[in-house]
Amino acid sequence: MRKVFVPLLVVVGAMFAYAPVMIAHADYEVSMGIVSKILYFHAPSGMVMLLSAMVCGVASAIYLWKKSPAADRVAMASAELTALFGLIVIVTGPLWAKKAWGIWWDWEPRLTMSFVGWLISVSYLFVRKYAGPGSDKLGAALAVFGSVNVPFIYVSVNVWRTLHPKTTVVPTLPPGMRGPFWYSALTLFLFYLLLLTARIHLERQRAMLDELYLAEEDRS
Amino acid sequence: MIRRALLAVSTLVFTLALTALPALALQPPTAQGEFVPAKDLPPTESIPAATLLVAAYAFIWVAAIVYLFSIWRRLNRVEAEMHALARKTSQR
Repeated sequence: MRKVFVPLLVVVGAMFAYAPVMIAHADYEVSMGIVSKILYFHAPSGMVMLLSAMVCGVASAIYLWKKSPAADRVAMASAELTALFGLIVIVTGPLWAKKAWGIWWDWEPRLTMSFVGWLISVSYLFVRKYAGPGSDKLGAALAVFGSVNVPFIYVSVNVWRTLHPKTTVVPTLPPGMRGPFWYSALTLFLFYLLLLTARIHLERQRAMLDELYLAEEDRS
Repeated sequence: MIRRALLAVSTLVFTLALTALPALALQPPTAQGEFVPAKDLPPTESIPAATLLVAAYAFIWVAAIVYLFSIWRRLNRVEAEMHALARKTSQR
């Protein structure tokens, strides 16, 4: 784990430190001005949240099918990261919306579905912590359900009329905004990998501790 | 005769009302002839955008640091427990 973790930590730390400089030099969106710079971390956080929810769903499906403890560890780690990045999206979005739309929140499809997606990830964590025996399978089913929500979150802005910008905004970003945006996206993706590696390691250590306790019980 | 005249007049008035009102509604607003000073801006105009931007970035940094710290603390706790268990086993 240390072989991957330490170099990744150095790279992510350097990229995170340079990100504000790059964003400060990036172009503004003409109608929104300075607040539009929230884009550089809000949208990539949303992308990572959706990716993490998909990883959690796929790993849970593998766990339900093959009973692989490694898949369960990935699902557990990803669920926590979905909740973390979802929280970042849910907090930074309204800060942007207050200036751009004049309101903190609107129950329109993209915002509502993202909020539901975040609630599913939080529910998964509660189920795993408090549901007792069998919570692994119950949580896995919930995670599969949560990953089904992901494509709907993505297309919601194109299918329904919403306040939220469409998905076409990102591929059509002008050069002055494209570079900082993809730099931030890469930074957050690597940060996600870093946290995922650390979180999976924690789950592995917990599993080892459980095995040690079981072996100790058998001995005594 | 009077009834017919009344019917014709009321039809005319009704038709005019139906056609004229939308036509009036579609008229462009009159051009602004003078500036009206305002002491209070609408909320959307007066929100300091830089504060919102700084708040968003600060939140991301705090969330990232707190989460990393929480993983580190949980990992330390588990590893300490493992060492304690290993020590207990070796003492027997």
